[in-house]
Parts: sequence; C-alpha cells; structure tokens
Amino acid sequence: MIKESELVVEQANFKERVLAGDYFMKVVKKGQTFRILDIGGNQAADTLFYKAGDPAERYSAVDTIREQGNVYLTTGSKLLSTENNVMLEIVADTCGRHDTIGGACATESNTIRYSLDKKCMHACRDSWMLAIAENEQYGMTKRDITHNINFFMNVPVTKEGGLSFEDGLSAPGKYVELKAHMDTIVLISNCPQLNNPCNAYNPTPIEVIIWD
Amino acid sequence: MTTLSSNTKKTEPGDVLYEDTIPAASHWSMRMRKGTSLKLIDVEGGANMGMLFYNPENMLERYNAPDTLKGQHTFKLTKGNCLYSDMGRIFCSIVDDTVGWHETVCGNTTKQMVKDKWGEKNYQEFHNDWNQNGYNSFLVELAKYGLGKKDMAANLNLFSAIGTDDDGNLKYLENNSKAGDSITLRFEMDTLVLFHTCPHPLSTAKEYPRKPVTYQILQAGEVNEDDYCRNYRDENARGFMNNEIYHLGGACCHD
Repeated sequence: MIKESELVVEQANFKERVLAGDYFMKVVKKGQTFRILDIGGNQAADTLFYKAGDPAERYSAVDTIREQGNVYLTTGSKLLSTENNVMLEIVADTCGRHDTIGGACATESNTIRYSLDKKCMHACRDSWMLAIAENEQYGMTKRDITHNINFFMNVPVTKEGGLSFEDGLSAPGKYVELKAHMDTIVLISNCPQLNNPCNAYNPTPIEVIIWD
Repeated sequence: MTTLSSNTKKTEPGDVLYEDTIPAASHWSMRMRKGTSLKLIDVEGGANMGMLFYNPENMLERYNAPDTLKGQHTFKLTKGNCLYSDMGRIFCSIVDDTVGWHETVCGNTTKQMVKDKWGEKNYQEFHNDWNQNGYNSFLVELAKYGLGKKDMAANLNLFSAIGTDDDGNLKYLENNSKAGDSITLRFEMDTLVLFHTCPHPLSTAKEYPRKPVTYQILQAGEVNEDDYCRNYRDENARGFMNNEIYHLGGACCHD
C-alpha cells in the first residue's frame, strides 16, 4: 500500500549516501524511524536485520511471510525475527511492493543464474562479508548471513507457482520507511548487480535517513 | 520397521538399500552419499516433512531457499527442480515426484504456535504422542552436529503446498499429498539431511495431524548428459558443472 511519510528530511538526525557495491551497517534504536531512499530508481537494497546484542535473533523472511499471510512487503508489514518478535514495521512506502523471496546475489549464485565466468563479479554477499569482517564488534560470521529483504525489487509469484523478475515498481525518489521495535543492527548491501535487466544494468546510490 | 538390504550382492540403480518409517511428530538426521537417492513416501496422506541440508565437509554451506527459487524462476518445487546450497552447488535433484508441489517459504511450527493451534500435549503425559514442533525438532538435530539457531535456514516443507493470489495472499492448498504419494531426491554431493514430521505451520487440520513418512535409501543411476534435472533449466546445467568442479580430483566417485 502506498503511503507517504510525514517526516521532514531537514529534521533527520542522520543521513548517509551509500554507493552501489558498498554496505551500510548501523544500529537503529528502538523507536527510531529510518528511510531507505531509491535515488536513481529500480535499485535493490538487500537488507538484513539483527537484534542488537544478540544477532542470533534476526530477521526471518519465512516467519514474516507466514504470519502476515502474504509474500510481499509494504506499509503495515511487521518484520518478524526468528523468535517471532516484531523487529520493525514498515510505516511508509511510496514504492508499494518489496521482495523477500529472491534473496541476495552472491558470486556463487551468479554462476548459476548467468554464467560460470561471472564468478568474480562483485555481489551483495561479498559486501555483507566485508561488513561483518570490518565490524567485529557485532560478533557476526557467515552463519549470520541469511534470507534477506530486497527493498525496491519486484518479484511476482504467479498463481501457478512461478516466480518472475519484473521491472521494478520503484522510480527515482521512491522510498520505504521503517520504525524499529527493538534496537536493531541494520545491514544493507546496495546491490552491485550488473547482469540483471531489472536495474537497467546500472546500479545507483541509495540514501539512509534516520529520525529519533 | 527398519530394513537393511544384504550388502553382499552388487547393487543396481533403483535398488532399495535401506528402508524405515519416521513416526509422526518426530525428527531425525543422516548423511546421504553422492550417488544415492532418498525416496520419501507419504504413508497416510496429508504428511508434512520439514527438511534442511548442510555440507558435512563445511557446515557453513547450507540449503538456500532463495537461490533455489530465484535460480529456477519458481515458487513451487517439483520434478526437475534442484535444491541448491548458498555456494552455487546442488545438494540434490528432484528426480521423481507424484505430489506436484512442495513449498519452502513458510518455515516451522514453534511450541507456542502448536499450543495456540492444537493445544499442548507434553511429554510427561503423552510420551512420544506429544505435540512436538518443527522448530525444536530442527534445534535438536542441529545440536547433534554442533550447530544452532544461527545455522537454521529457511526450510523445505515437503508434501505441503502454498499458493498465492494476485495480491500475494497465501493460501494453504488442501489435500496436496495423498496416501502413497512420494518424492525422490537424488544426491549430487554428500549431504547432511535434517528432517522432521511435524505439521505444516499453516495446516488447517482441526486436530494436530499425526502423519508418518516412510523413507528409502536407493542406489542412484549415473547422471548422464541427457539427465532430466540437469536439462530442466540452463541454470541447473551450470549448477551440475559447479558440483563437478567441486568434486574434481577428489575422492568423489562412489561406484
């Protein structure tokens, strides 16, 4: 459901531009709201959430899908943890639909999807790996890298049980906004994918904005 | 009943090497060898089997539902589909399936969920007819190998199907699997398999459904160039190639 935010960017506490191929990793406190802005349109923000202080409890795509009874995420979606606790809620969304089935790109999955000789092209999972390696304070390893959300990605499920990758519903300036229900480590890979037509083979920057 | 076939004669593809039945509301795990198949049979109809895969050589490599689905542009799993690890390899391929639709996006029941849905049946009173849940079942099997919550990936729910409408709303498909229906997984690399027979979390049954599953370990045939699963999609051909690279020069050939 499309819903615009009433928050004013000029009043935000934090603002950071994240280039394609980079990661964003930061704790968002309970009660804070953060926005992911799709600056250039049809960009994918591959996102994972962890409970601060106990990353074993983390975003669970399957629990979220099952409990909301719907495969897509939008305004009103409550993002559940592996312990079935509400971590965050989508409180505004000008895009209307986000994917949480398709997962992230990895160098290895790129070999299957595209070609074996693309294995050394940069991928979301490599950004996450760098993030956990550079941020040892969180105590995370590859075990913590799991099934994510693809903000701004459109991956429709058909009645017959198919899955397609459609052109995005997003466009320059569209955003999604989430309110944290617990202190949450936000880990975003701004997708570097160069093989998928859904971003017109041109990954673009995103912006993360946080309000108290 | 457990049946182990005589190991004195030479086995042929399709031979049943071992057969057992996992009771309802139970869990187990085992290492499947490359070149064997696992045939799972829904004994009474309406079974659900939660399942996860790990690479016994590196437990960080595990079943990856998103890669399995997006790599084959599918939401449902059936004959021809391969079940992928997060490392671009194929744990196993679905070489036979009389069910037609197995799902992998709805996760497990938890203790609380079972209690809310069907009431609590503890071990003290009901012994092994208790209302076991899928989440704890996996935790127990994971712990046997030094694994834990962090290693629990999105699982398969074999024999269960979930459809969607145009708006993405989920619908649990009733009577998806009938008595005698089966699915056969051919293992393309050595794989640690964890499974449970706890109900599907979206089951609409009024009573906690108690459905056993029979499993057979079969001798698998050669995977030829014209193999159905290998040719089902171009992605699968590349997945098989990744497995071949993984097994290059190693002790991979169980003849």
